[in-house]
Order: sequence, then structure tokens, then C-alpha cells
Amino acid sequence: MRGGLWQLGQSITRRLAHGDKKAVARRCFASEAELKKTVFHDFHVAHGGKMVPFAGWSMPIQYKDSIMDSTINCRENGSLFDVSHMCGLSLKGKDAAPFLEKLVIADVAGLAPGTGTLTVFTNEKGGAIDDSVITKVTDDHIYLVVNAGCRDKDLAHIEEHMKAFKAKGGDVSWHIHDERSLLALQGPLAAPVLQHLTKEDLSKLYFGEFRVLDINGSECFLTRTGYTGEDGFEISVPSEHGVDLAKAILEKSEGKVRLTGLGARDSLRLEAGLCLYGNDMEQHITPIEAGLTWAIGKRRRAEGGFLGADVILKQLEEGPKIRRVGFFSSGPPPRSHSEIQDEGGNNIGEITSGGFSPCLQKNIAMGYVKSGLHKAATKVKIIIRGKPNEGVVTKMPFVPTKYYKPS
Amino acid sequence: MACRQLWASRAASYLRISVFHRSFSNVLNDLKYADSHEWVKVDGNSATVGITDHAQDHLGEVVYVELPEVGATVTQGEGFGAAESVKATSDINSPVSGKVVEVNEKLTSSPALVNTSPYKDGWIIKVEMSDSGELNNLMDSEKYSKFCEEEDSNH
Repeated sequence: MRGGLWQLGQSITRRLAHGDKKAVARRCFASEAELKKTVFHDFHVAHGGKMVPFAGWSMPIQYKDSIMDSTINCRENGSLFDVSHMCGLSLKGKDAAPFLEKLVIADVAGLAPGTGTLTVFTNEKGGAIDDSVITKVTDDHIYLVVNAGCRDKDLAHIEEHMKAFKAKGGDVSWHIHDERSLLALQGPLAAPVLQHLTKEDLSKLYFGEFRVLDINGSECFLTRTGYTGEDGFEISVPSEHGVDLAKAILEKSEGKVRLTGLGARDSLRLEAGLCLYGNDMEQHITPIEAGLTWAIGKRRRAEGGFLGADVILKQLEEGPKIRRVGFFSSGPPPRSHSEIQDEGGNNIGEITSGGFSPCLQKNIAMGYVKSGLHKAATKVKIIIRGKPNEGVVTKMPFVPTKYYKPS
Repeated sequence: MACRQLWASRAASYLRISVFHRSFSNVLNDLKYADSHEWVKVDGNSATVGITDHAQDHLGEVVYVELPEVGATVTQGEGFGAAESVKATSDINSPVSGKVVEVNEKLTSSPALVNTSPYKDGWIIKVEMSDSGELNNLMDSEKYSKFCEEEDSNH
């Protein structure tokens, strides 16, 4: 998931009890000093951002708008998110694509220059190390972004395999874009607003496509993508120009595009049926189980060649034992780790993400159930605080996506 | 799971950053208050219970209120229900001990009453108190206001 390790949304359980506050305060004090700050930190605080620790960073969970309002506004107008805590890097060299294909399930060689895709880094058992959006800039340059919470392990994983690859004569090197910051501009006004800030015709840039271009006077990496289900962009901007760009975007939209925090971002990606790494995807979950079979390129289904290919290709052939599905439910909103039972009271799985959908005004959730019980309309019970609540399996996305694609 | 709980606790605490829309939450003089942000209004042996304006402001829009059954026993300082917002679940503790004699069924279909009218239409339970002496453990409005100010300034 591109939003990072947003576990807070699923597992916040507040006790408004005095004793808990004292304990919590001490922990917060310790962690506060160690948190990293994006270049937008002071900008967030000045705009009423509530900063919380997130994957080692101090990030805005919310601004003046409620999470409900922010979520709805993203779909009606637009949102601007700071996602600089996520890690951008470039792989360069004649063998960059074959190298990356050892680590991810995507058909990297088959990507046209200037296009990208969502992919998964796998471990030797076929489980997901992280999900990532990778983009082929040129045949010998691949740009990718990984989740904040997975940065250290991802970089260690890539470095380890790069050493071995180079030792065998492979031509690949990397650069981590710590001199850059990342903004996500999402929603129906994203394209009209951004068009004001660049001379290039954005109507010719489609979902999943990438350009290096001048935006508001600085050279940016622009990808038409996002993790909200909306049309929009992720913009990698030189850090020294980041705040100016954020201000320009907000000004051009005349207040309709709103600064939006991680709380709404999590609601948006859940409504769009997108996985959150750490909740819906983990080291023991394969892309097949997670419903990402589509992300395995056709050639790669035939050839394998990525870590854990034997497990994954076997699951492709035989079908997985568990599958990620969506749910509607009544009663309290489901949260991560709620048990799922069949109508007879037997355990059949677990919720991995859930909450109240601002756009639909009802409970939505996703989780894993045993294969065979994954069909839409299957009735289930979701156990919350020991009580069963009516639920039903549904296809995702919950809210239709609006990616900008050639018609 | 333990790690997530830590994160959750930290975030929950940070969510108690000072109120943006008003300089202070509304506090009524004739009520008693618990440090877990519930109020109680006493009429003889009967107590009406809800969460405070301060609590609802920090929670955000409430989308579900879990209610106890009539006849259930509640204990001062212990949970009897929960309030759910888009992002968080919050236990509701009882400020008094006794037996639940009435629950606000309107909250089932209109949970946001807790936000729009925390001291009136958003009441949650009515309790027949077993020990009115427990009221001495609670704060009056003046003490509660100071308590909230201190709490907000500490986070």
C-alpha cells in the first residue's frame, strides 16, 4: 500500500480513562524527539495539522476538516497529501530491468518507457515484502516508490541482491531520492489545478504514466497515479521547492483542494479496495491471496524468475487457500483482527482493515476468508467485542475508481 | 499486535490536541464529571449519563454507539459501552454504579446526536444508583474545566 503503515486507523482504541493518559503521555514524549520531519512539517502545523508518529515520522493525521469531510472533499473536489515519508529511489544501468525482475512480480521489461505499474516485492516463500509503484523512465532507468514503514527492510533487501547481481557482472546501481519530497494531488480538480502550473499538456498523460517536467518552476517527476481511487498525481519535487509547490496548488484551486491527512487517506484507499501493507498484506500473504494476480505479468506467469515463484505459480495453478474479499456489515464498524465466522459460527477468517465509509455512510471492511467462501453475497458474522454482527461478502472497490484512461 | 496497540495509544493521545473550532468545550454547571470524560446528571436515585462535549469533540463524528441492555449492572469507572468514529473506538465508562433502567435507543439510528447534543438528546443511559456516595469521587464543572485545560495543554 502506498499510504504507508497506516495501522492507526484500524487499531486505535481510545480509553478516555485518566490512568491510560499518563502512561500514553510518557511514551509519546520519548518518541516525539526521535521522529523525522518532512520539509512540509512547519507548513502542516501552520495550517492546523494534527501531527502524529507514523512509521518513524511526524505526519499529519488530520487538519481542521474532519476525516469524514476530508474524505468526501477528495472525491468531490480534491486533496493534497504529503507523502514524503515514503521512499523514492532510482535504479540505473543496462541491467536495471532484469535485476528488478528478480525481486518483483511485474513484467518490468515489458513496460513501455514512461509507464509504470503497481507491483509486489516477494520473499522466498512468495509472501509480500512490500508493494510498490515502479515506473520505467527509460530502458536503463527505473524509478520506484516504497512504503515508509518498509523502507529499511526494502533497501536492505535490494542492496543485498544488488551486490550478488553485480558480483556476477550485472550492470545496475541505485540512488535514493532523499533530496526530493513527494506530494499526492488527488481528486477531480487535480488535473485542472496542476495544468495551471505546467506548460505540458496533462490531458495526454494517462493513468500509470510518468514524465519528468517543469512544474511551478522546478523539475518534478510526475506520475498519474494515487492510492485513493481518484484521478490524480504523485509529484516528486526537489525538497527546497516543496512548500512553494504546495502553496501554489492550494492557491490555484481557490480553496477547493484541501490539505488532507493520513486519516482520510486511509478511508479513501479502503473505499477504493486497496491494500494497506502491514494490515492487508504481510510477509506471509502472497499476491495471489491478496487478489493481485492481475499484477503478475503474463510472461512472468509462464517464466517465473522472481523470489517465491514456485509457491506463487503453484497457487496460480491450484488456487490459494485464502482470499482477500470486501464486506459490508451492520453494527459497529469492523476493525483489524475482528474474527469472521460463517453462519454456523465456525471461524473462516479475519478482518484486516475496516471502518465507516464516509462516502457510502455504512461500514466497509476487507479481510481474508477460506477459498470457497469468497463469493459475493456470501453471508458471514463479524465478531466485534465478543458479539456477532451481520456481514456480507462484496466485490471491491466499494466506491468506483475514476482513473484517467484513454477512452 | 502489541506494537500496533502502542501506536494506537500514541495516536489516540495525539488526537487530544487542543480544540480547533472553539477555545473551550461546553461544560454545564449542574452536572458531575468523570476524568474519563463522561457526565452524570442526578435526580434523586436516578442518574442520566453521557459523554462530554470535550469527549465528542476529540472523537470526531460518531458513527455508532454500542449500548448496554436494560437491566445490566454498571460499575463506577468501568466500561459499559463504546462510541465509534470513522477512525477510532472509544470505551464509555460509567461514572456511577447501579442498574441500567433506560437506554437512549435514538442513538442506534442517530449516533451523531452524541456530537450535536452531548448533554441533552445525546444522553446514553439512565442508571438507578446503588451508592450515591460515589458522586463524591467525581468533579464539578469548575474542576472539570480545569482538568480539560490541563489535559489539552499536556498534549
